[in-house]
Amino acid sequence: MSRPSTHVHSAMPKASRDIIVSNSLGLHARPAMQFVDLANQFRSRVTVSKGGQEPYDADGKSVMQMIILAATQGTPLKILADGDDADVAVEKLAKLFDDKFGEE
Amino acid sequence: MKLKDFIISEAIVPELKATDRDGALRELAEALAASGALPKDSVDEIVAALIKREQNGSTGFGKGVAVPHVKHAKVKRMSGTIGRSSSGIDFAALDHQPVFTIFLLLSPDNQPQQHLQAMNIVFSNLQKDIFRRFLRQSTAREAIVDLLDEADQRP
Repeated sequence: MSRPSTHVHSAMPKASRDIIVSNSLGLHARPAMQFVDLANQFRSRVTVSKGGQEPYDADGKSVMQMIILAATQGTPLKILADGDDADVAVEKLAKLFDDKFGEE
Repeated sequence: MKLKDFIISEAIVPELKATDRDGALRELAEALAASGALPKDSVDEIVAALIKREQNGSTGFGKGVAVPHVKHAKVKRMSGTIGRSSSGIDFAALDHQPVFTIFLLLSPDNQPQQHLQAMNIVFSNLQKDIFRRFLRQSTAREAIVDLLDEADQRP
């Protein structure tokens, strides 16, 4: 029984998306934990990067590092995923920001 | 922002008497009230809010530290304190380990940016193994204050 070989990847796929923190309280502890809980459901490595004057790359699976981002409302961030489920990880994680983590 | 901008030295508790989470939250809130950073008649309300926050999700983020915090209208100026426990306290931490160091942070309810900056400086330091280790070993208030000063002087 041979499987049809549709896609052959020479490297792990990567995906990324730029988002803006839109909830008024910013990325405080509760949303940070919500993000980490979801990120941990994926095999991909997840990084959240902040540019600007105080650039910081947070491990998206570490609550402490996500809180260190101190991303206030209006802060642009980049979500990056690296692994075989990178596309769906970025899509679902970006949706948390789109939905303002259930806040205002 | 620096740690000493909001950590009230006089309210630091180098050895907590409390052995459980709710008792530790009360002891630290009372220490802040005794230092004048919090109205004494709002302690009950603040402790209830802190406990509710913990029930929604533990602030025991692992590595033996917890950062209970709340934004509350009764808090006029952001203030925080530190409590140490030699025996360790069950905070239902993410890594299921006991908590030896507690950073309590109280913020006004209308300054989310200031709150995030304070959390940033607290966690930037707590990320460092050496800071956590020294904090856990500091059995006197003066030693903890010195440690905070040193941390604030680092860029």
